[in-house]
Amino acid sequence: MERPLTKHITIGGDPLNLAEYEKVGGYEACRKSLRTLTPDNILQLVKDSNLRGRGGAGFPTGLKWSSMPSSQNSPRPRYLIADADEMEPGAFKDRILMEGNPHQLIEGLIICAYTVDTEIGYIFIRSEYTLAAERIRKAIGEAYEKGYLGFNIFGSGFNFELRLHVSSGRYICGEGTALANSIEGNRAVPRHKVPRQTESGLWGMPTLLNNVETLCNIPHIINNGSIWFKNLSKCKDGGTKIFGVSGKVKKPGAWELPMGTTIREILEEHAGGMLDGLKFRGTLPGGASTDFLVEQHLDVPMDYDSVQKAGSRFGTGTMIVLDDHTCPVGMVHNLESFFARESCGWCTPCREGLPWTAKVLKAIEDGKGEPGDIEILEFHIRALGPGRTFCALAPGAMEPLRSALKFFREDFDAHIKEKRCPWS
Amino acid sequence: MLSDEIKSEIHCGISACPTRRCAILEALQIVQRHHGWVSEERLKAVAEFLGLTVEEVDGVATFYNRIYRKPVGRHIIFVCDSVSCWIMGFENILDHIQKRLGISFGETTSDGRFTLLPIQCLGACEQAPAIMIDGQLYGYLDRDKIEAILGGYE
Amino acid sequence: MATIFIDNAPYQVQDGQNLLSACLSLGFNIPYFCWHPAMHAVGACRMCAVKQFRDENDARGSIVMSCMTPAADGTRISIDDNDVREFRAGVIEFLMLNHPHDCPVCDEGGECHLQDMTVMSGHVYRRYRFKKRTYLNQNLGPFINHEMNRCIQCYRCVRFYRDYAGGRDFNVFGIHDRIYFGRCSDGTLENEFSGNLVEVCPTGVFTDKTLRKHYTRKWDMQTAPSICPHCGLGCNIIVGERYGSVRRILNRYNHEVNGYFLCDRGRFGYEFVNGDCRVRQPLVRHTSKSLDVSSLEPIEKKEVLQYLAKMMTSSERVIGLGSPRATLEANFSLRSLVGPENFYVGMSEPELKMVLQIIEILSNGPAYSPSLRDVEQCDAVLILGEDVTNIAPRLALSLRQSVRQKPMEIAERLKIPRWADAAVRQAVQSERGPLFILSPMATKLDDIATKTLLAPPDDIARLGFQIAHEINPEAQPVLDLSENLRELAVSIAAALKQASLPLVVSGTSCGSVPVINAAANVAWALCTQGKKTGLCYTVPECNSLGLGLMGGLNIRDCFEKIMTGSAGTLIILENDLYRRAEAQTIEAVLQKCKNVVVIDHILSRTAREADVVLPSGTFTETTGSLVNSEGRCQRQFRVIPPTGEVQEGHHWLLDIMTSIGRSDVNQISSLESVGELMAKEFPIFKPLVEIAPRADFREFGQKIPRQPHRYSGRTAMLADISVHEPKPPDDPESPLSFSMEGYQGIPPAPLIQRFWTPGWNSCQAVNKFQSEIDGPLVGGDPGRRLIGLLNGNELVFFSEIPQTYEPRDGEWLVVSISNIFGSEELSSLAPAISERVPEPYVGLNPEDANSLGKKDGEKLLLSINGISKSLPVRVITSLQPGIIALPIGLSGLEGIALPAWGKVLENRNG
Ligand SMILES: Cc1cc2nc3c(=O)[nH]c(=O)nc-3n(C[C@H](O)[C@H](O)[C@H](O)COP(=O)(O)O)c2cc1C
Ligand code: SF4
Ligand code: FES
Repeated sequence: MERPLTKHITIGGDPLNLAEYEKVGGYEACRKSLRTLTPDNILQLVKDSNLRGRGGAGFPTGLKWSSMPSSQNSPRPRYLIADADEMEPGAFKDRILMEGNPHQLIEGLIICAYTVDTEIGYIFIRSEYTLAAERIRKAIGEAYEKGYLGFNIFGSGFNFELRLHVSSGRYICGEGTALANSIEGNRAVPRHKVPRQTESGLWGMPTLLNNVETLCNIPHIINNGSIWFKNLSKCKDGGTKIFGVSGKVKKPGAWELPMGTTIREILEEHAGGMLDGLKFRGTLPGGASTDFLVEQHLDVPMDYDSVQKAGSRFGTGTMIVLDDHTCPVGMVHNLESFFARESCGWCTPCREGLPWTAKVLKAIEDGKGEPGDIEILEFHIRALGPGRTFCALAPGAMEPLRSALKFFREDFDAHIKEKRCPWS
Repeated sequence: MLSDEIKSEIHCGISACPTRRCAILEALQIVQRHHGWVSEERLKAVAEFLGLTVEEVDGVATFYNRIYRKPVGRHIIFVCDSVSCWIMGFENILDHIQKRLGISFGETTSDGRFTLLPIQCLGACEQAPAIMIDGQLYGYLDRDKIEAILGGYE
Repeated sequence: MATIFIDNAPYQVQDGQNLLSACLSLGFNIPYFCWHPAMHAVGACRMCAVKQFRDENDARGSIVMSCMTPAADGTRISIDDNDVREFRAGVIEFLMLNHPHDCPVCDEGGECHLQDMTVMSGHVYRRYRFKKRTYLNQNLGPFINHEMNRCIQCYRCVRFYRDYAGGRDFNVFGIHDRIYFGRCSDGTLENEFSGNLVEVCPTGVFTDKTLRKHYTRKWDMQTAPSICPHCGLGCNIIVGERYGSVRRILNRYNHEVNGYFLCDRGRFGYEFVNGDCRVRQPLVRHTSKSLDVSSLEPIEKKEVLQYLAKMMTSSERVIGLGSPRATLEANFSLRSLVGPENFYVGMSEPELKMVLQIIEILSNGPAYSPSLRDVEQCDAVLILGEDVTNIAPRLALSLRQSVRQKPMEIAERLKIPRWADAAVRQAVQSERGPLFILSPMATKLDDIATKTLLAPPDDIARLGFQIAHEINPEAQPVLDLSENLRELAVSIAAALKQASLPLVVSGTSCGSVPVINAAANVAWALCTQGKKTGLCYTVPECNSLGLGLMGGLNIRDCFEKIMTGSAGTLIILENDLYRRAEAQTIEAVLQKCKNVVVIDHILSRTAREADVVLPSGTFTETTGSLVNSEGRCQRQFRVIPPTGEVQEGHHWLLDIMTSIGRSDVNQISSLESVGELMAKEFPIFKPLVEIAPRADFREFGQKIPRQPHRYSGRTAMLADISVHEPKPPDDPESPLSFSMEGYQGIPPAPLIQRFWTPGWNSCQAVNKFQSEIDGPLVGGDPGRRLIGLLNGNELVFFSEIPQTYEPRDGEWLVVSISNIFGSEELSSLAPAISERVPEPYVGLNPEDANSLGKKDGEKLLLSINGISKSLPVRVITSLQPGIIALPIGLSGLEGIALPAWGKVLENRNG
């Protein structure tokens, strides 16, 4: 089984420096792209590879790239951003990629920048990723020194500036348009999606945003071709994916596996199954803002469409496991408190509804639930749904709640009826 | 209010910024690196230095959780309170720290050694429960480990 | 036009709108908060949700925000759908979770958009059982009260204050459900338009602090349409009254003039009306003539009229001095009383000269005189000599919008509709259209200027002439201009020529006819290039232009006539001569006159020296007409019924004419007859009779009541005086009545006394008065432009170019400086405004201050035309060397026409 993304990563060890990275074939893809491929060639490759965005929404990467306006008559500069904010609870894959092999990300960025013709790039990293930031900073320095960043890269005439932007907290900054506001020094509230960022993004200029993991795939697609990439996968989406598992399993962690690996395999083979004495009760398959899947879904392959069909979202592909000794109400309360705290405060349903949701859940958890509370929660699930709020944060927040009410309703009822948490 | 060193750091940090606004966070981060937090006076000084109003700077500063507008201790302990850490019992860890230091979230020990703050998911879910002190991540925690870790900070 | 389907019925709507304004235009009620017709849509509050369907077969549909969705051809929506109704009720429920529900003690209660929308949305029952969040409030200065607990986070305040008005000392702070709108810490809001927060805020967070001092609910206020008297722009206002005192000013929407917004001088300047400065009884000097104030004693109206009759008939000559702050009708009545040959326009010589020049230019030149709405559409602006924000504040707000015009190209290229405000601003960034400001010192619009030039008036004029020449070589060039300035002229000319709607702004505040002429040259040169060019002049007072149109001689002529001829009676109408001429001269003139009669509403310095003072009404007690700087003639209606002896200036003059048995008194016996007479004498005033419905106008046989349908306590209001409810005062001069009986529906636009319709109790009800959202009022906006385009005249450019400014040894060029608070006579008397009026000062360039050995605050003895005064120095970096700036209205040297050459005298320890 090939593990292109993590082949050169040793957890707990130091990452490859530029020379070491080159020794294992690093920057070959970049050199090849800039010297021998046209942007159109690369775009076609990426399209053919069926790579879909690893940031959560799963948008086809090639399609996104091709929505950048054509270079002629385009306002300049054009920007490229790597979204390295990774604050979705349960997600930690981008940290592993950045700490483990920073040059891989930089190489992906250069190729992408060349393809979509952007001259300035940002890596937008959350401030708690201190180690990753340090390593990226060092790697950027090395790349500049070697001439892989800056002017006339590989003698191709292509110029690319890359900057590391360290954020100051706030989950919402990971949302692409809020992120742009954050870089600009505005309050990081999201922007309306018309026009798209590729038309009017950072400082009103054409801007492309991709997730770290998405970008890390690019050099490998260039090196090995789209067919190879597609064949890495067990489904029609291309490539491997870094899957993660957290919660009460024997070996929590992350593994690079083919797209379409089943939940059961990830959970039982790689994460070692549940801790002794505990049973699997459910999982948020793609991070905090995805719907619970339960036992009946264990054989669902982890790919965008299958997970969707099962009633959840692929999200970041990092799952959080709920066991049979942990209170689902408490878990959902924890999640909603997180979302309430991270709401940007721009739109009404999210700003006011999430704290209310959290308070109702807290009341239920504390044995102070009242008849009618479930109806209030259901009202929120409707009122904070897609289209009702300004961005996807609140609808995402409602996903675990909605599915918890669906699968664990008896727990909620028991709390309210017994006026206590049966688990405590 | 701002030392020359800070000013030159800000200056250098913002050289790549196309607008003065876009330097706000970086400037505040620099001030914070030197002084731990951003006082009213320094906020004003940053605003002046960037040619912005205090309202413009503070409107941004108060949006983020990592810009401190109140004094903090020498070391900041972030306790991840998000879902994986919750499942793995971060509340025990927190409880322990709170008892050990005699402070709760948002507070600073009387000797100014530690400030205790909650943090959204540290992205270390596989190592849950996890905390971070001054940018250093500590995972797979239990009470004993906490003792050893806290002891390492003066 | 596009066809949209609302709950399955087809409707025609204007292209390019969003669904919210389209539906509101059609008369549908959709609740909203964050959208504002002038500030457009950002999609924050989520209140305006509707359901949109893909096509007629789509039964499920999806919820969208109507403010963020284009009303494109074929769009199908439902406003009534159950899901969307539930959602809207839910949004209100959310907004009310933390709201204090303190409506009974909230200043906004009864005219609260949040109340209205709560009722409209159908949210009734509270389910939230947890604690409410609370906030601390700030002291934001004398104008605005702050009560953050009532906030619903619609972001309108910050969008108005920062994005629309350019204020920077206000912002939004915090995150999630702890969002705070205000300043960093307590302190006065500095923006000149802060008062609009009162109307922009849909609930009671920002309320009118001056109203609190004499609080009255909207429904208990008697209101009437009026015109702001505090500058030449003539913004339309609504005055609210109770118990004979004025309670507040609200904006009165006029699509062409002020739109939705006023400046703080206009909104808070009203308080002088209630103050001690007023004259409320006729006064007469009992003893022999001396300048002792104490001898002015009250006298009955009947007696004073007898007294005046005697005085007038024994006087061989009666001279009348009018006023640019009095109505056309009052001025014209004075003119009728004394005869045209004895009527003088109450303006100083230079002031009248400038006003007449402006009229001449606007009447005969090819450039049009733009309304404020027109100004907002202009895409390149040149300002010559004006600090607009301090002189004609509301114009500055419009200019702030005009610099957004050119960059709209960017939004258009990206196909972003104009109403998508955040997206437009995002695309446009800090890009601004060309705005050039040539001025003697820094101005408050410099922050949005492409380029500014600091220069004394003559040099401003010179550059203006050269710009005109660069546009059209037929205009006289300035031959001895420096290379730098010539280049500047070239670049300004180029930017103006590139514009599709260029605008030139100038006015009287430089005190320079050459500046005015230069502005005309530039505008005309642009016209010759086929550009529709606006030419906008500011004038000093609310009726400067009206009086100028009437014409006559100036104050100096008047004085000369008095001093050289035989002494007679001088009647001064609402005019403080000390603001227009030098004190020594005035004193001599007043001495010379046998009798001096002052008709005024405040006891000005002139009034204190009169023999007879007749108490006239302020703008709130006066029905009459004014002509604004655009040339628009507008009608104001009194809101306070005549009380005691106070009556309109026009009425005093009428009474005097009656008392002396003038046979032609009928000709001015009513406003309408004055209007007709004026039209006969000055054809330009023909539209005067059309600017508002005639006094006998009735809607369904009824008058338009000043009191609203819910006016309370009417029968008991005066019970402490008499238990019999008095008959409401008559108002034969207008179709408005001082009662609550009458037609409570939407009146003709000039008579709109309040914005209030069923279900819409707040000022947002203006939507229902507009022919379409953000369009003209139903039936057309009030006011008529008197100055039109006289085409066909042969264009002759001005060619008298002044010499460049040369500093003089031992002499200083003294120019005037304006302050929004302090420079205008009446508003400065209002307590809230007076808190913002600076201490008197004299402005000096830092180098000059240095060379004179003066620090900020130290006194300097300045002498102009032999009159000297010691004033504290204020160092103003933007002043040019050799120039001294004197603040209008503050220095005590008002009578001296500026610019003038002055001397700095040795200070005798003072
Ligand atoms: C509230 C919120 C937070 C998000 N945070 C992240 C993040 O931390 N990292 C990330 O890559 N994408 C994040 N996203 C998704 C991005 O908006 C965007 O879809 C993604 O980065 C696009 O990259 P991709 O096409 O490569 O997946 C977030 C979205 C939302 C709504
Ligand atoms: S849903 Fe609304 S309040 Fe929540 S994060 Fe998005 S824009 Fe902000
Ligand atoms: S009015 Fe449409 S979202 Fe606020």
